[in-house]
Amino acid sequence: MNFEMPNFLLALPEIFVLGMACLLLLIDLFLKDQDRHLTYLFSLFTLVLVAVLTVYGYSGERQISFNGAYVADGMSQVLKLGVYFAVFVVFVYAKDYLRDRGIFKGEFYLLGLFGMLGMMIMISAHSLLTLYLGLELLSLSMYAMVAMQRDSARASEAAMKYFVLGAIASGMLLYGMSMIYGATGTLDLSGIASQAATADKTLMAFGLVFLLVGVAFKLGAVPFHMWLPDVYEGAPTAVTLYIGSAPKIAAFALLARLLGDGLINLHDQWQGILIILAVLSMAVGNIVAIAQTNLKRMLAYSTISHAGFLLLGILTGTRSGFSSSMFYALSYVLMALGGFGMIMLISRKGFEGDKLDDFKGLNKRSPWYAFMMLILMFSMAGVPPFLGFWAKLSVLEEVVASGMIWLAVVGVVFSIIGVFYYLRIIKLMYFDEPASEEELECSADMRLMISANALMVLGIGLFPGALMAACAAAFSTT
Amino acid sequence: MPELSDYLILGAILFSLSIAGIFLNRKNVIIILMSIELMLLAVNMNFIAFSHFLNNIEGQVFVFFILTVAAAEAAIGLAILVVLFRNRRSINVEELDTLKG
Repeated sequence: MNFEMPNFLLALPEIFVLGMACLLLLIDLFLKDQDRHLTYLFSLFTLVLVAVLTVYGYSGERQISFNGAYVADGMSQVLKLGVYFAVFVVFVYAKDYLRDRGIFKGEFYLLGLFGMLGMMIMISAHSLLTLYLGLELLSLSMYAMVAMQRDSARASEAAMKYFVLGAIASGMLLYGMSMIYGATGTLDLSGIASQAATADKTLMAFGLVFLLVGVAFKLGAVPFHMWLPDVYEGAPTAVTLYIGSAPKIAAFALLARLLGDGLINLHDQWQGILIILAVLSMAVGNIVAIAQTNLKRMLAYSTISHAGFLLLGILTGTRSGFSSSMFYALSYVLMALGGFGMIMLISRKGFEGDKLDDFKGLNKRSPWYAFMMLILMFSMAGVPPFLGFWAKLSVLEEVVASGMIWLAVVGVVFSIIGVFYYLRIIKLMYFDEPASEEELECSADMRLMISANALMVLGIGLFPGALMAACAAAFSTT
Repeated sequence: MPELSDYLILGAILFSLSIAGIFLNRKNVIIILMSIELMLLAVNMNFIAFSHFLNNIEGQVFVFFILTVAAAEAAIGLAILVVLFRNRRSINVEELDTLKG
């Protein structure tokens, strides 16, 4: 038995976040309620520092440590920076919302940081064990966050549903992992990739199906999507914002690690399953969203349809396919942050602005924010020149390049159906009379952040080259 | 001496029982929590059997992690259950229907 000292420096961002989160746990205990903003500032400070550590600690080449359980490569760097950015924006948006509802507690920021640690571990996982542990750390934090508003019957019901279905998903995923382990005799992803050709075919196929069911549950792909609208609607909007943004990047990482690093040799087998999941998600997501009157629920169904598009890039199984899906995941998170952020912008104390009717006549009340919402909705619908258009285009290009023209046509048809419900919001904002003429009340940092967010969607949409190049570079090193 | 397949069949039976327990049960949320625990234990059975017959220790290490995570998961599940009961005075599965559409 030889003991090899792992390279701890490689995992410095994770170790740093863990240390800071534990420190915050202690500090928060001794803070009075009126000093709670210190917790908030401390978590933002942690996020900025960890971003610096991630950028400067990376040598530029793929390195594996901790006996093959941890990997740092181009993909992990870009995705981690995306996650830090998303969590930063969530924390800024959430401050006023939480304060107005009396849940401006340390728990939100602590669970947010621990959840982020889980995402970082998933992104850098190189063995089934680390993948599972990262996923559970993220999921357990999110269950607790949904239930955080303890006096709300809807939030606790949403938390219970989320917990039960999330636990089933984890169970399925684990069962699949045990089968893959049995067939290949290793937990290491590159070991699995090299063993897959000689392993027992039935056992591998069995494991693969269970794995994909588990991942589809977590991603919210149809037919495993039932929890998603309920959780999005029932949870406090600040928590919905967290669940709906950064974890999508982590879900992409989960798929890329499992299918791209580990099971790429079984591409013929998982491609068919992913095609079914993608087509069903795009269909159900876009069609059911039309019938919704609650904006959070509508965005939940829009998430389901975007999950379908995300799968389109992955199912090609090529490096450029994975990088187009990565671009899609990052763009979607930027748009989702803005979309849920707008709900929090028009909410105020004692009033949830999550009905479609609450957006009526927004242009008369505040032309600037109506314009911001217009950018976000056009982008989600995939109208050029906004970011969402390039994301859809790059994914569809990859599908066509791999010869599945019919699938690209299906994608285009369903995204045209989807345009309807995004445009309906724009119609409500510009052509309907407002229910109340009240001014929007929110703090300056929220206004600044949401404007920056929407303008980023426009700006990156006009110049998408840099982000696309970063995603392409992430998959060229592996 | 039992074969590997015997253990796998036992694992599969336990796993199916737990899935059936979650979906057929219409009365009590606590039974769902018990079924979730059973599901994780079924997976552990698989891992240990494979680990023994493949002569590879990694599977048993995984089992320790699963046991720990299962404990954390049960803690969160019961905490959510307490919050739910306080708000609704009931833990009947059929009454969890305010969110739909």
